[in-house]
Amino acid sequence: MTTLPDAETLCAKLVAELRSVIKPSTAMIGLYTGGAWLAKKLHPQLGLSTPLGLMDIAFYRDDYHKQGLHHDPKRTRIAFEVEGRDLLLVDDILYTGRTVRAAMNELFDYGRPASISLVVLADRGGRQLPICAQYCGTRVEVPEGQRLRMKRNAEGRLSLELEGA
Amino acid sequence: MRNPQLNPAGELQHLLSIEGLPRAILNQILDTADSFVGVTEREVKKVPILRGKSVFNLFFEPSTRTRTTFEIAAKRLSADVINLNIAASSQTKGESLLDTVANLSAMQADIFIVRHVASGAPYLIARNVKPHEHVVNAGDGRHAHPTQGLLDLYTIRHYKKDFTQLTVAIVGDILHSRVARSLIHGLTTLGTPEVRVIGPQTLLPTGVESLGVKVFHDMKKGLVDADVVVMLRLQNERMRGALLPSAQEFNKYYGLSLDKLALAKPEAIVMHPGPMNRGVEIDSSVADGPHSVILPQVTYGIAVRMAVMSIIAGN
Repeated sequence: MTTLPDAETLCAKLVAELRSVIKPSTAMIGLYTGGAWLAKKLHPQLGLSTPLGLMDIAFYRDDYHKQGLHHDPKRTRIAFEVEGRDLLLVDDILYTGRTVRAAMNELFDYGRPASISLVVLADRGGRQLPICAQYCGTRVEVPEGQRLRMKRNAEGRLSLELEGA
Repeated sequence: MRNPQLNPAGELQHLLSIEGLPRAILNQILDTADSFVGVTEREVKKVPILRGKSVFNLFFEPSTRTRTTFEIAAKRLSADVINLNIAASSQTKGESLLDTVANLSAMQADIFIVRHVASGAPYLIARNVKPHEHVVNAGDGRHAHPTQGLLDLYTIRHYKKDFTQLTVAIVGDILHSRVARSLIHGLTTLGTPEVRVIGPQTLLPTGVESLGVKVFHDMKKGLVDADVVVMLRLQNERMRGALLPSAQEFNKYYGLSLDKLALAKPEAIVMHPGPMNRGVEIDSSVADGPHSVILPQVTYGIAVRMAVMSIIAGN
């Protein structure tokens, strides 16, 4: 059985890495649901001048024609000008890259950012699009037929788990 | 018998009436609408979700406002919109309703938005379209106007949060109002403990109590402690026979004035589906006053119609 790294330790590592790249123009956006949980951990520790943005990409997904609309989409809330910002886009697990593609499309409907960097807790490989994370907590080999998930317990602690084992 | 609005998986396939829709689906529509309100507040008010889909506005009965809000909603979902004013088209040449729809279906329609003077017409169309085609009732006769009912529900939820604590008073021409019927069903399904209808005997349908509402003929009694007051338009064009002595008399007894509104709760909201007859069912001092949420209703109506179309087209 694969031993997965401790998610909270990975968060601390990401915070340390991100602190050195923060500029006055930096802002953070978390993707629902896991990315929003992770971003809520990272954001308060980085001293950013802008409030945390939260984004639901339900209306930009590329599998709508197969899957239909996801139930209970959340409202995207970005309370700062996207135009000219250096954005940190936060998600929990990077897999096919399709969520990130959708998120970038949605972001450009808010404005033209100066740059977008991707922050993820874990990269499990399996990309179907030319997308990579600039800040990555860990890389995980996921056995065939299994799924890597980030969970949050009642106290707000994050953890990585393999499902379908 | 299976609910004609739902597919075999129990998902929304067509929106024909609020009556018979489970609470979970009503909440799904209202929650999705909330996300779309966020979209309508952005600089770019458009999402790509219905790109490549065609929405046909089939209005067999004229209605500029409802047709326009559906058109805006469909365009904000990136669908192509085709407006058909059927009153001035083939049906006047004798083509049947289903032949009209079959022809449009052959033009690769995905969603039909149907307004018809005959109750049940959208049901007939829904029963005869292909599995990938969807029908939204935009008002059929006196029967239903589900997207108006849903936008009323969205507005009430936005301002009052919890349906299970509310008293809602619906005032005026209930008899001719498909809006009232749709709203009553929605409020009941979402657990509103007290729904009141207020109007003269001649403008209340017989047996209206069976919908689970309390009936008042005296508006001053019916408004006491209401959280939400929904005024209906006095539908002059639907009046057949002398149901009312005069519009002035109606205003005296059933028009919403500041005096009468003072009987409701201090933080009560006032709604109206439009178009308003100022000085008949509602005074300008109320329509333009601090309790009025009539214009936000219009804004939310677009988000609600975006939610309905994006849900059904994906099922």
